[in-house]
Amino acid sequence: METSAPDNKPAAKLKVALIGNPNCGKSTLFNILTGLNQSTANFPGATVDKKTGFSKIPSLSGGTVSVEFIDLPGAYSLNAKSLDEKIAVELLQDTSNPHHPDVILFVADASNLKRSMFLATQVIDMSYRKLHPKIPVVIALNMMDVVEKRGMEIESELLSQRLGVPVVPISARVRSGINFLEQTIVSPLEVPQKEIFPKISIEEQNDTRTIERYRIITEIISGCLKIKMKKDEDVFSSNTDKILTHKIWGYLIFIAILLLIFESVFFISAYPMQWIESLFIFFSQWGTDQLPKGELSDLLVNGILAGLSGIVVFVPQIALLFFFIAILEDTGYMARVSFIMDKLMRKFGLNGRSVIPLLSGVACAVPAIMSTRTISNWKERIITIFVTPLMSCSARLPVYTLLIALVVPAERKLGFLNMQGIVLMAMYLIGFLAAIGSAFAMKYILKSKERSFFIMELPPYRSPRWKNVGLMIMDKVKVFLFDAGKVIIAISIILWFLASHGPGDSFSEIEKKYEIISDQTPLSSGRGGEVSGAGEVAAEKLEASYAGRLGKFIEPAIKPLGFDWKVGIALVTSFAAREVFVGTMATIYSVGDESNDQSIRQKMRTEINPETNKPRYTFAVGLSLMLFYAFAMQCMSTLAVVYRETGKLKWPVIQFIYMGLLAYLASFVAYNIFK
Amino acid sequence: MKKLKLFPHTLADLELGESAIIDSFTDKEISIKLLEMGCLPGEIVQLKNIAPFGDPIAISVSGYTLGLRKAEASSVIIKPVR
Repeated sequence: METSAPDNKPAAKLKVALIGNPNCGKSTLFNILTGLNQSTANFPGATVDKKTGFSKIPSLSGGTVSVEFIDLPGAYSLNAKSLDEKIAVELLQDTSNPHHPDVILFVADASNLKRSMFLATQVIDMSYRKLHPKIPVVIALNMMDVVEKRGMEIESELLSQRLGVPVVPISARVRSGINFLEQTIVSPLEVPQKEIFPKISIEEQNDTRTIERYRIITEIISGCLKIKMKKDEDVFSSNTDKILTHKIWGYLIFIAILLLIFESVFFISAYPMQWIESLFIFFSQWGTDQLPKGELSDLLVNGILAGLSGIVVFVPQIALLFFFIAILEDTGYMARVSFIMDKLMRKFGLNGRSVIPLLSGVACAVPAIMSTRTISNWKERIITIFVTPLMSCSARLPVYTLLIALVVPAERKLGFLNMQGIVLMAMYLIGFLAAIGSAFAMKYILKSKERSFFIMELPPYRSPRWKNVGLMIMDKVKVFLFDAGKVIIAISIILWFLASHGPGDSFSEIEKKYEIISDQTPLSSGRGGEVSGAGEVAAEKLEASYAGRLGKFIEPAIKPLGFDWKVGIALVTSFAAREVFVGTMATIYSVGDESNDQSIRQKMRTEINPETNKPRYTFAVGLSLMLFYAFAMQCMSTLAVVYRETGKLKWPVIQFIYMGLLAYLASFVAYNIFK
Repeated sequence: MKKLKLFPHTLADLELGESAIIDSFTDKEISIKLLEMGCLPGEIVQLKNIAPFGDPIAISVSGYTLGLRKAEASSVIIKPVR
């Protein structure tokens, strides 16, 4: 007899896979079972995250059993279609996979019993027929509180008898039945002893077989599901829907929610971002003062620490953005947004489900692209991933503000509209239009035989579960810090090397030159003289460095856009992340302090173009530069995440080239019109 | 496009609040998806909501609410509730 009885060895680990329909409360149950002991990793060769968590469950026979829970993506049937679903099905069937479970924990939505039983009976049949060895199935009958509220009752023992597997009624939301469920999982379990729907292949797609399976399910649940008193359906949800999907109120409320989210992402996160920045400034000053001078300290402070600050500083924005997204998802509002936006999005080759990634892109394209997984249609998902980085993300904001302050006069039009504000808004609009326009073009370029669907459950409205919200934030921040972080650190180290080293002895010659100057300078020039001297050394070194030479090298290519070699360096360093622009310009214009953007602005404003004898930064140059930053793919983390999510190198490469060409063209046209 | 409207023929023709019984499907690819999600012949469906601009629609079926496009709904043949 095959059982999965856990032996009492301390190393014994039971692998339990959670599977169930979307919206069945599977994630809530997973969070309760594992608490904070969970982690997200990639399935090898696939783009879907594997969520695993650990727990120690005391068994009745004494001692504890270590259990590894694996949260699989939600699915409606084993005839999987979307990427998420396919991963789930493959893992269950591949007995040689190291994550192949010892027990399948099927999470059923008791308030949707019939539909839940469709996948449940498929899973039981699969275990009985296809798996060698067969593995036990336990059904957690979730949402029993909802069933009670609706005046119904489910005889779980009878259901268990008929299905031939243990059925444990629980309610993850109110945490009832969890202990008993845990005990059932670690107790000796029998594998399924019979098939529910004999002899017919599970995978074969056929209407009559699906109908037949449902007929058998109806027989099984008849007598198990008892209606004590007929109550009205979810009146609250349908009334709320009347407002939230209303043709006027629906959109107005949606826009209001968006405003709230973006205002918060920009303004609330500004405070923690400032704290993080000052903390890093403190650390790097401390490092400069305390560490012995030398290559290693320089790498540590100006390479690794600088790169690290560039990552950590975005954590508040990402956390806040996902705080709101988690609430919108958990309450069921997100499904309604997709519902009211589908028709508009479809015209542009997108799907109702594309709205969320596009909106998240205004904060940061990295989490936005990660949220495209719910789009099951390959073409629509690729288009969404492809155009999302065109939305103006928060990293472009410092670039825009610096340049707008430089070239746009702060005058008021029509009495109250500030020109600078209008230009900033226009930049966001341009990004959005470019995204929508590119999507429209891709709709005709990409070939796909796959049909576009929008068949989506609109779950009842629920109050958000704060534990889910908190864990989602933690999860997303972790993925951002560790996955994207690795790439950013690597690039910052390379940039540090290129900007602080030059070929031959060019650096030591500059140092010698300035040593002579400072020797000649009398002491009376005081501290200010020293600072500006150090700034000049840094600026001259930068020009002689590999990065400077690179800037000079690409100057002919960017000259038609109105840029000189200094902007060229900034374009190169901005490749790691756009916001590096401000810092690079500050270094180039020999201003020691990066945060002092007033003086960068003044230095940039007073610079004279030797060819024209006019200011270097004219409106045409500023606009051209802004457009370049609006369109160009200058973000390593985004490219890394696109590669990770599409699994192909092709997509980040095409995206990089396309956005680069778009940027070049837009800058070229704008510069030549306004020159 | 104007049909003789004795009774709506497909799910896409239902009016808000109107109920019907699912009879059969005309599109094989869509029917598999819908069947799996519990839209079975003989089930009672009710049109619960229509998105602004008339598409997609939301129906109530076997105890939950399902959103789907009109194109998908028009492949579901319905019959009146007796």
